[in-house]
Amino acid sequence: MKAIIHYFKTIFAALKTLVKGMAITGHYFIHPKEIITQQYPENRDTLKMFERFRGEVVLLHNENNEHRCTGCSACEIACPNGTIEIITKRVETPEGRKVKQIDRFVYHLSMCTMCNLCILACPTDAIVMSNDFEHAVFDRSQLTKILNKPGSKLMEGVRH
Amino acid sequence: MMADKKAGLKSQEYFINMGPQHPSTHGVLRLLLSLDGEIVKKVEPHLGYIHRSIEKMCEFDSYGQIVHLTDRMDYLASHINNEAVCLAVENALEIEVNERIKTIRTIIAELQRLSSHQLWWGVMGMDLGAITTFLYGFRDREMITDIFEETCGARLTMNYNMPGGLMFDIHPDFQKKVKAFLKHFKKKLPEYDQLLSDNVIFRERTVGVGKLSKEDAISYGVTGPTGRASGFSNDVRKQEAYSAYNKVNFKEILYTEGDCFARYKARIDEMWESMHIIEQLIDNIPEGLYREKMRKVIKLPKGEYYQRVETPRGELGVYIISEGGMSPYRLKFRSPGFSNLSALDHMARGSKIADLVAIMSTIDLVIPDIDR
Repeated sequence: MKAIIHYFKTIFAALKTLVKGMAITGHYFIHPKEIITQQYPENRDTLKMFERFRGEVVLLHNENNEHRCTGCSACEIACPNGTIEIITKRVETPEGRKVKQIDRFVYHLSMCTMCNLCILACPTDAIVMSNDFEHAVFDRSQLTKILNKPGSKLMEGVRH
Repeated sequence: MMADKKAGLKSQEYFINMGPQHPSTHGVLRLLLSLDGEIVKKVEPHLGYIHRSIEKMCEFDSYGQIVHLTDRMDYLASHINNEAVCLAVENALEIEVNERIKTIRTIIAELQRLSSHQLWWGVMGMDLGAITTFLYGFRDREMITDIFEETCGARLTMNYNMPGGLMFDIHPDFQKKVKAFLKHFKKKLPEYDQLLSDNVIFRERTVGVGKLSKEDAISYGVTGPTGRASGFSNDVRKQEAYSAYNKVNFKEILYTEGDCFARYKARIDEMWESMHIIEQLIDNIPEGLYREKMRKVIKLPKGEYYQRVETPRGELGVYIISEGGMSPYRLKFRSPGFSNLSALDHMARGSKIADLVAIMSTIDLVIPDIDR
């Protein structure tokens, strides 16, 4: 007899808690303003990331196609994963001096963990983290990027 | 049984693999179950499916670079993992960071604890068949990840700590957002109780299931809320206060039952305590530098250094052996998940397979933390 009473008691308790839980669901059903879901691909135009969000490393260029990278390799040393490769070359200036310049700033996005150590290491603030997070590509080789634009050169007066 | 004998049938133990690709093992954990019908006789965890040799990699990295690897261990407590390494390095160099850094570290660590417990709560409901909780847990967690994204620059693997301080100063909106979150979450946390804690099905599946006594908790080295639910007082924040924990008042949550429901309650209560800690600190963040002046190349003096911190899952230890070079000679992590997992076999023996799922989700396993 006791077992039967317990059995029915549990059923009633279960129904009670079910209603209790459903009350919350019902509350959100009639208060759709509290829903925070973003419709991502649709809101692409209005989506604004936080300014510090770390998406990928970019080498800043100004309107004259000049960057601030002196090729000192501080970022390459700071990187824990070998993501950055700086390939330099010797160029002769009009005055006849030979100076070191970057040939290619190779960035392997596939190896990058967005730890921000390269940005902190850069003495000339040449690189920053951009907010771009859509990195999906069809082929792995596309993730190896050359960050300095073709024909770009060192900005006047930047020395480390 | 009688019927079996009559028909001349025998029962025998058999083995079954749970995982590595099983939704309720929360990752790539493989459990080799020895079963008698539905009753679990033995649980043998097999690790190694997500081993990345982080400890070995640390031996070739500088102390600044090691920090970002610890993000990838317990990814739900990345800030606290980072803090452990940073504190160990700072202790070795005998640097005392200023109050501002300590306070910010503590606030973010507690936010991290909240977000980890929110995720755990959602996943625990889902393991026991209530998908709704998952969505509610993630809704509140989203506010914290937004705060992290704004201040630290990432949502999960934040790498915000550095030996000697923090990577950036806090965002100007940080205090405002944290207060808004606390106000929001104080209203929402009772909903958690309403949805899950009082539910009869949930109680039937957790109360009295997977008992762990205090003695066993101590001998298995079970720490964190899992150990505290068995009455084992082990809160590192209380016992060896680091950062700003000596300045705040909070209770150490202790339960004596040691079953799944006690572990569940311990975590829910910890969320209240975390909010209490943040409330005490958020309005009085002292002024100061966000990063102490450090040498560019950090070299630790020869010796052995150990630092304990309290992650949402338990005690994380960082043990550094330095030969005086730029990178450690050996670095060992004492991860909470590994020790807590070792008690799983003891807790699950004699219970049903369905109970094993409940036990596993109350231990709150994070597999990359176990495997490293």
